[in-house]
Amino acid sequence: MSQISNSSIPNAKGSEQFAYNIRAHALEMISASGASHIGSVYSVADLMAVLFSSVMQLDPENPQWEDRDRFVLSKGHAGASVYVSLAERGFFDHQLLSTYYTNGSTLSGHVSHKNVPGVDISTGSLGHGLGIGAGMAMASRKLEKDWRSFVVLSDGECDEGSIWEAALFAAHNRLGRLTTIIDYNKIQSLAPVSETMALEPFRDKWEAFGWQVRESDGHDHAALKAAMSDLPADGEKPLAIIAHTTKGKGVSFFEERVLWHYRCPRGEELEAARADLAGNYPALSAAFAGGEAHA
Amino acid sequence: MRDTFVQTLESLLPEHQETVLITGDLGFGVLTAPDDEAQTRFGERHPQHFINAGVAEQNMTAIAAGMALQGFKAWTYSIGNFPTLRALEQIRNDICYHDANVTIVAIGGGFSYGQLGMSHFATEDLAIIRALPNMKVLAPCEKWEVTDLVTELCATPGPAYLRIDKSHGGVERRDGEQAKIGKARMVRDGSDGTLIACGGILSEAMIAADRLAEQGLSMRILSMHTIKPLDVDAVLSASRETGGIVSVEEHNVIGGLGSAIAETCLSEGTIPSYFHRIGLADHYPTIVGDQDYLRAQYGMNADAIVAAVLDKLGDSSEATVADLVAAQ
Repeated sequence: MSQISNSSIPNAKGSEQFAYNIRAHALEMISASGASHIGSVYSVADLMAVLFSSVMQLDPENPQWEDRDRFVLSKGHAGASVYVSLAERGFFDHQLLSTYYTNGSTLSGHVSHKNVPGVDISTGSLGHGLGIGAGMAMASRKLEKDWRSFVVLSDGECDEGSIWEAALFAAHNRLGRLTTIIDYNKIQSLAPVSETMALEPFRDKWEAFGWQVRESDGHDHAALKAAMSDLPADGEKPLAIIAHTTKGKGVSFFEERVLWHYRCPRGEELEAARADLAGNYPALSAAFAGGEAHA
Repeated sequence: MRDTFVQTLESLLPEHQETVLITGDLGFGVLTAPDDEAQTRFGERHPQHFINAGVAEQNMTAIAAGMALQGFKAWTYSIGNFPTLRALEQIRNDICYHDANVTIVAIGGGFSYGQLGMSHFATEDLAIIRALPNMKVLAPCEKWEVTDLVTELCATPGPAYLRIDKSHGGVERRDGEQAKIGKARMVRDGSDGTLIACGGILSEAMIAADRLAEQGLSMRILSMHTIKPLDVDAVLSASRETGGIVSVEEHNVIGGLGSAIAETCLSEGTIPSYFHRIGLADHYPTIVGDQDYLRAQYGMNADAIVAAVLDKLGDSSEATVADLVAAQ
């Protein structure tokens, strides 16, 4: 099978709409099931939208397409963003999203590959994904394949020593087709990153480990696409994109609050969140047609 | 056994080009060597099939999973508890849940590195790794079993754990004899009980059986090189046909071979007339010594096996295991 150009993706939508749909669906999925981590999902919604709509080579008709780009959501707690992205790309019907986190569902709170077309790697315990992605990148080089490996990390996850083991390995082995995007929203589970385990100077750390580093506004789609699409001139260095994000981005009262790492919006909070989200993106809200999936 | 493992893997490379051996910076002398000897070793001879992942076992395991899921057969390689306990969650989530084609190789089962101290005693690995779904658990008793089992593993997809011992049973292969994953191997038949061993400590069972024979007791001996999947039929036959079972393993008595046998017997409703587990009595040794010394110190050698069998059969003319341990 020949490579699919992104412009010919059958269900391609603008990445902004794609991101809105992630947020709108995830709000319904998380609130209906009593799940958590909406702040994390909203934090990555834009970078996930750009990746899945505009950057990665995927084939929804053939999820195991040999030449697809590989993707690992290492911060598995934002799994809802993967499931919506796959539904948006046509890997499965949106109706499946309504089963998220419920009894008997294949859509677990942390992303799982079992019986979910389009998911390669299950995650949920932090610190696993970069090593797996590095293994995939090592495989592609040995197999002389051109596909890329993308790994999305959280900032808090960079507390894990295994991330830095993988960072050393990838640079040492010149895995230039490995790209990690770090959702740097600067808030982790219990408190701000700076008060928990400071990561700064963060860029310097990645560079010192031998990576090419780009920084981007994690909600600016054009900037994200530019950062993700072109591999650096030094093709032997793995690429780290530090995406500066706002935790809970999209609903005003979610934003930059530790509370919404775990809190589930219900009742009046849910109504307020729906209204706030729609108000922040009126045109995208008007074009959102996925609500019936959660009826 | 270690050299046999590497030699076997190397001999199979022509027909298993998907092989990649990933070490956690261990294997000096067998995977690598200094200077002009290097070209005689696996790593130098087969760079396309060899990765040194450095002293980073969690990452080594994740790399193996990532590569295996793209079609490679990955073998992670380190010593003692490093490739297992240090990377346990990567083994569970990344290898087992994904049913990835990875064999974890631990050099130095049990007290193989007995002089190096507690950190290097691999005495809980079988229990812990056995509890992981999708995982096969192998602890060969003989070098030639390593050859057979590694050959079979090359052609068997999915997660596996291969525990390599410094010692070995010392019983030559009989004509036509083979070790097969999941099938116990009858080393010797008998009617007064069965000694079921895994790993090189089979040698102690052989010595014990010879001594018991001198007292008129005929012991069956099984090499249970595969702890999971356990050969249920062999265990039940041992119980029915010989009456008693004594498990022999260089491992904590909790959770390993003895436990697997006990679970099987109870689950199947076939209760042996006597049962005893030879192994480490749920503690950490605080002294060091070679494998033979530590087996003796901790009630796991031929003396202990003989004492256990005689004790169970009602002859207390020899020291009991409790006596042996108490005398330490």
